[in-house]
Amino acid sequence: MTHEMKTDKKNMVVVEGSYAVAHAVKTCRPNVISAYPITPQTHIVEDLSKFMADGEIPNCEYINVESEFSALSALVGSSAVGARSYSATTSQGLELMHEVLFNVAGMRLPIIMTVANRAVSAPINIWNDHQDSISQRDTGWIQLYAENIQEISDMTAQAFKISEDRDIMMPSMTCMDGFILSHVYEPLVLLEQDITDEFLPPFRPERILDPKNPMTFGAFADPHFYTEFRYQQERAMQNSLKKIEDVANEFYDMYGRYFGGLIDEYQTEDADIIIMAMGSIIGTIKDVIDRLREKNVKIGLLKVRAFRPFPAQDIMNVIKDAKVVVVLDKNISLGMNAGALFIETKSVLYNTDIDVPVIGYMIGQGGRDIPMSTIEKIVSDAEEVMRSGIKIESQFTDLKEELI
Amino acid sequence: MKIVPGAVCEAGTSRVNKTGGWRTFKPVYDYDKCIKCKLCELLCPDSSVKPREDGYFEFDYDYCKGCGICANECPKSAITMVLEEK
Repeated sequence: MTHEMKTDKKNMVVVEGSYAVAHAVKTCRPNVISAYPITPQTHIVEDLSKFMADGEIPNCEYINVESEFSALSALVGSSAVGARSYSATTSQGLELMHEVLFNVAGMRLPIIMTVANRAVSAPINIWNDHQDSISQRDTGWIQLYAENIQEISDMTAQAFKISEDRDIMMPSMTCMDGFILSHVYEPLVLLEQDITDEFLPPFRPERILDPKNPMTFGAFADPHFYTEFRYQQERAMQNSLKKIEDVANEFYDMYGRYFGGLIDEYQTEDADIIIMAMGSIIGTIKDVIDRLREKNVKIGLLKVRAFRPFPAQDIMNVIKDAKVVVVLDKNISLGMNAGALFIETKSVLYNTDIDVPVIGYMIGQGGRDIPMSTIEKIVSDAEEVMRSGIKIESQFTDLKEELI
Repeated sequence: MKIVPGAVCEAGTSRVNKTGGWRTFKPVYDYDKCIKCKLCELLCPDSSVKPREDGYFEFDYDYCKGCGICANECPKSAITMVLEEK
């Protein structure tokens, strides 16, 4: 199945992406929201505070904290007592949470956090790329990337359902491109309260903090035990592969909307060239594909929706018959001269029979615009690779040599 | 014992951590010198000095980390720290 939306257009409204997320969070009936402002995430918690002030979120505490470290630490406590817990952040705020991210995953607390993806300092830059969340890939959080504001809204409910599953109990980041999605006004169907109440049952964890029955969370584990805790976390991540797919399908059955499970595909069946990417750039790539298909270029798109867990098998199934794979990354692993999606994709192909050339482009750093012409130039590079092999494996895109 | 996801546990479960394995030197009594003053029992930070019925004491090597406080404080030098052989 590929991207599908059966919803009646008369149900659509035009709102800002941040409002769509805040509304979705409200609809999921959270019990604790912690908030610390940081651009471009601030509108989400602002809208939630308005909902709170208007009495629209019953049985919920809204906590103003003094830093992002506290924002997530507060949720460690609230989630442990069995409260559905939510926060939102970005960039330096997410990096300040780094230590707590590990604790949340290690204590198996299914906290949901929206990340309005933004570049990291220095130099300071408030615009979009994926460096902030990609840099947190090993912390044990499920990471889903949305293409448009309808998807980030719907993904919010899906994330709670995935994370709170008893076989998983791992936290999720739902990632939306800062400004490009957080501040854009687009038509969408706001998350429906009646369907969501049926889709997302109340949060009932197996173990909670309760003074009547004292428990320790995240207890000491010496070398005799620690390995097994890490193994359990990895197993939960592997379990979530199927759960992410199942929840996307269940969501489609109940709401009539589907934007992919672990991945989504566009025009890949006969494609010689397959572009892989995550986030809002997907829309631009689809437009480029439509234009090039008219010129009989056999090109398709593999949208990666889940970066953690990494959907290795699904990616291999899609790209195995391609003649060249192009991976676009809004991030870079400094010292590797490559982006994370490119690195991971190459790594899963090693030790398999699949022998397809993979090239990588680091693109859109710090919010640099990605016009269709840039994607078309990359596609013409890919055609050259099909003819004469790889010359440059991974490179920066639209680099302004005159500035260096 | 099975581990619980999230390392969630009830109070008192640290008993399963037999911290005696951390020990490098182990304390050994010379009961001929011991005057049953109980200082070792009082000062042991890990409650690893256990009273015997005859009024003397013995070490609980499952939890004794070999810190040596008992040997250092014993007024009669009745406790010797002996290198642990593994």
